[in-house]
Amino acid sequence: MIPINNFLILSTVLFSLGMYGVLARRSAVLILMSVELMLQAVSINFIAFAVYFSPQQFTGIIFAIFVIVVAAAEVGLALAIILRLYRNKQTANVDEADIMKW
Amino acid sequence: MSYEEGIFYVVAAVTVTGALGVVLARNVVHSALFLIMALIAVAGVFILLAAEFLAVVQVLIYGGAVTILILFAMMLTRVRDMPAAMDGPQKPFAALAAAAFMGVSILAIVSTDWPGQTDKINVITLDQIGSTLFTTWAVPFEIASLVLTVALLGAIILARGEEGE
Repeated sequence: MIPINNFLILSTVLFSLGMYGVLARRSAVLILMSVELMLQAVSINFIAFAVYFSPQQFTGIIFAIFVIVVAAAEVGLALAIILRLYRNKQTANVDEADIMKW
Repeated sequence: MSYEEGIFYVVAAVTVTGALGVVLARNVVHSALFLIMALIAVAGVFILLAAEFLAVVQVLIYGGAVTILILFAMMLTRVRDMPAAMDGPQKPFAALAAAAFMGVSILAIVSTDWPGQTDKINVITLDQIGSTLFTTWAVPFEIASLVLTVALLGAIILARGEEGE
């Protein structure tokens, strides 16, 4: 049997890699992909805790279902916004979207 | 080490390789392909956790729809043609922040004394998930469908273009 620490450490590694991707990448589509990684890590964590420790009220699995739903909606909307940004400024670089900076 | 742990290490290695490819690849399309690998490997992790329904949903939605959307957006925004726009100047600070977070979290995980049995997986069957989704979690379920409808309409309106096109 697999101890739960394995799943938790895998989830932490995925989350920190996604965090590095969000902070270091400059293209909006690459940042979106790193956010997807972070959501995967959170789902693994939720399901691990639900399956190992709370089989009567398995909130983690239901939450993981909703995370997938909201992530799919978010990806669609984020890509529509990126397309708008590209149409206006001919670039997908988030460093150049700074009209609202003082 | 039981064979389940061996399988877990193989699937975890594929997942971490995919994640490293997403954040470190030089070519943007390679990043997208590594993301597909990571998402399918996470579906494998879900199967190891005896959540087969979520594994199938993961493959369908993430591996089917989300990656296709991302590839289309990459094609339409011409990310390939700007290789200098890949990594910002804050790369070492990002690596430091990510490494610090990972270190603190892993330290917290291995030093916590989890209550209960940390070895046994309790299988949660699909009919249990289905019945609670429509009884206890009925309101979030309806709100989730509302979220999807709003996202669909919003994406159409945002990406449609100016009036008269």
